[in-house]
Amino acid sequence: MIHFLIHEKSDTVGVATVDIKSGETAKGLFMDTQESIDVKALKDIPLGHKIALTDAVPGDTVIKYGHDIGKVVAEIKAGDHVHIHNLKTERW
Amino acid sequence: MNIPKFMGYRRENGKVGIRNHVIILPLDDLSNASSEAVGNNIKGTMALPHPYGRLQFGEDLELFFRTLIGTGANPNVAAVVVIGIEPEWTNRVVEGVAQTGKPVEGFSIERYGDLKTIERASWKAKEYLQWASELQRTECSLDELYVSTKCGESDTTSGLASNPTVGNVFDKLNEMGATTCFGETSEITGAEHVCKERAATPEVGEAFMETFNAYDAIIKKFKTDDLSGSQPTKGNIRGGLTTIEEKAFGNLQKIGKKGKYVGVLKPAEAPRGKGLFYMDTSSAAAEAVTLWAASGAVVHLFPTGQGNIIGNPILPVIKLSANPLTCETMSEHIDLNVSPILKGELTLDEAGDQLVDMMVRTCNGRLTAAEALGHREFVFTKLYISA
Repeated sequence: MIHFLIHEKSDTVGVATVDIKSGETAKGLFMDTQESIDVKALKDIPLGHKIALTDAVPGDTVIKYGHDIGKVVAEIKAGDHVHIHNLKTERW
Repeated sequence: MNIPKFMGYRRENGKVGIRNHVIILPLDDLSNASSEAVGNNIKGTMALPHPYGRLQFGEDLELFFRTLIGTGANPNVAAVVVIGIEPEWTNRVVEGVAQTGKPVEGFSIERYGDLKTIERASWKAKEYLQWASELQRTECSLDELYVSTKCGESDTTSGLASNPTVGNVFDKLNEMGATTCFGETSEITGAEHVCKERAATPEVGEAFMETFNAYDAIIKKFKTDDLSGSQPTKGNIRGGLTTIEEKAFGNLQKIGKKGKYVGVLKPAEAPRGKGLFYMDTSSAAAEAVTLWAASGAVVHLFPTGQGNIIGNPILPVIKLSANPLTCETMSEHIDLNVSPILKGELTLDEAGDQLVDMMVRTCNGRLTAAEALGHREFVFTKLYISA
């Protein structure tokens, strides 16, 4: 069973397809290459929310769909929940 | 490449349709009553009432005529009866539709009244219906189709699975040489520069940005609060969407990975030639789909998350969803369930093949969920107030 999906190989986040519990090893599937990846969740990641695949620091960008979807505003570790507390739009 | 075949209607101008409607088209709000009476008299015809057509002017009037004439000209329509209050604008619609070569006749109410008009128009509608009922489907191929897409009631399953499934099909259709179209100007906000880069030439990209900036100026003129507080919506955020860019890229998944758009269309403007086109449309489902029907699209792919139930009188709307809850609780509205993608049990390419298959079945005559349920939303885009 898989816990999250990743759109493209270059993405730095995946999207939970089930509720992921903190501490569990979550299995992800790259939708373009069909490769899989294991990430230990550091937080609860609700269904539909993003899980970090890599570490990032403020000033970095988050890549999803192969594109920059915003700037990192608080440190992120692989397995973190990525949302409004650590990611902001580049626009406003 | 093996291009799937289907049995469709090849019209007088060579365009291919998948339905064979005889429509009763009111020019204006005043003519709805007699049009509906004719539609009721002659079973199997369809009246398309709408609230406009009086005292419009300028670009708004041009869009109105483009929408009305385009609806009559659509290859899913075999023949058209037009009813209007006065002869001049009625004839403008008749002459516009007549350019396709299909049977069309207009009736105006002034000097006759509703009852005589209903009688005269009913005789013509009966003649058209019986004529159309003998038209035979002939073998057509998928590259002859004009296919449009927009999504509605989107959620995270849309960006993850149902939108990319449409994108997969758009890549396949564009490779076959079909005509395809996307729009939803407002939903591109946040990804407009990437969308500009998806244009086939710099000129087309500039034309897109011009359209986008015109939309953006209207939003800035009329908005009552800072859009940063409402885009993404609170519901989007609860569902896991964080930024407006992320929402926009999820929307853009529908145009696929490979296709570059070759033209920018005004609302309800027919594409000239093949390939992927962008049309300036609202993101409101019924308005946008009505514009695509008027531009000549004959089948529409509609991914939904939470369950938008829209249909159109002449343009079959195929619904797909990857949200298991929607597919279970609103199953009568969903033509294709692609939720197995979320479990890793179905690849996007396989889901795309399933959607192509559903499209071919629909082209062959299978009624969509929206058609079976009688969803005939016919909603004009109005640019500004009437005089």
